[in-house]
Amino acid sequence: MLDHLFYTLQLADNALILGHRLGEWCGHGPVLEQDIALTNISLDHIGQARSLYQHAAHLTNEIPQEQRAKIFQSVTLNNKINSGELLQEDDLPYLRDAWDFRNALLTEQPNGDWAYTVARSFFYDVFYFLYYTKLKDSKDAQLAAIAEKSLKEVAYHQRWSSEWMIRLGDGTEESKTRIQNAVNDYWQYSGELFVMSDAENAMLKKGIGVDAAALKPEWDAKVEAIFKEATLSIPEEKWMQKGGKQCRHSEHLGFILAELQYMQRAYPGMEW
Amino acid sequence: MSNAITTEKVYDWLQGVTDPEVPVLTVLDMGIIRDVQLDTDEKGSVTATVVITPTYSGCPAMDVIGMNIRMALLSRGITKVNIEQQLSPAWTTDWMSEEGKQKLKEYGIAPPERKSDDALDMFEDDSVACPRCGSEDTELVSRFGPTACKSLYRCLSCKEPFEHFKCH
Repeated sequence: MLDHLFYTLQLADNALILGHRLGEWCGHGPVLEQDIALTNISLDHIGQARSLYQHAAHLTNEIPQEQRAKIFQSVTLNNKINSGELLQEDDLPYLRDAWDFRNALLTEQPNGDWAYTVARSFFYDVFYFLYYTKLKDSKDAQLAAIAEKSLKEVAYHQRWSSEWMIRLGDGTEESKTRIQNAVNDYWQYSGELFVMSDAENAMLKKGIGVDAAALKPEWDAKVEAIFKEATLSIPEEKWMQKGGKQCRHSEHLGFILAELQYMQRAYPGMEW
Repeated sequence: MSNAITTEKVYDWLQGVTDPEVPVLTVLDMGIIRDVQLDTDEKGSVTATVVITPTYSGCPAMDVIGMNIRMALLSRGITKVNIEQQLSPAWTTDWMSEEGKQKLKEYGIAPPERKSDDALDMFEDDSVACPRCGSEDTELVSRFGPTACKSLYRCLSCKEPFEHFKCH
């Protein structure tokens, strides 16, 4: 049960944190159309996160009360659990602290310039297109339904980020330098997507989860094809950062949560 | 009075519930109503369960649509309304009614024409006829528009900008 919850949270946290990062571009895009594009994509991610958090809240509430109080290391969330109240979808994103978040490090990396934002999304979109294609056959009917729905949106995101990789790489000298720098810097965060967490291994055995490690060859092939068209080189660095899926994050996540959670922490239970 | 409530009537009343972002389209035109169930208890109170499928995961209109359905049915004498969301099968513009597409066009939004499983290649865009002058000579301005479901086009004949309801 706990693995099932952690697995769902891992998916939800990835979608929320990347969605939040992309939302930070709102009002800052280089041209109006791309500003709108990023916020549209952000909205898709946050919408997917919402469905996943609803499911995660439901999974948490199914766990007996005495065990439920020991799942998380977040004081505010535990206070709510100890009060005997059932969790709602919003409690999980707003009341958990950074050490209870399970998103991959890639998603929390800063927006940087346009090239960094594009490279980060490209790595993620290619991965999640493959991932949701498999997850839609999950034995968990709710996860399967969320994957089926999300897949249509991710297909669109993947097209958008792939085109931008090509446009920047095969563009001007300046744009090529910038996208290659972004790729070189964020490459080290791409590997974690394929490193199976305990929750992922447990869910794979039950036919609920996806074998992320097995997606690597397809991901490599897709990335290689786009890089070729974009006249970009694949970084030679093989060493990869990891930890996010084990709740060990870079310093960036704390800042993201400070902004994201501020209202609910300052005014608990506040509604618009 | 409550005996008179039938699912046919509920569908009739749903014709009056429109998308807040695209007010010419009813929820039935959009194809988001999956099921309507009525349940009458021994006191004669009617509970309606309406199953809707969201368009885009993050579409903020879905909450408003749910509320509008609730209000439309409660005002007709139904005692309790449950709105259930069904994610699978995923919503597609293929479910939009022909009447809905016609209404969109008259409203100035180019309707979705391509079948959703017929995917576009990279850098390929839908060629869309201008809903105002009918010209095929149009160009895409932005694949993302003011709402998740629309993209922005410009007509090169009549020079008017217009929105296209994306094939999804």
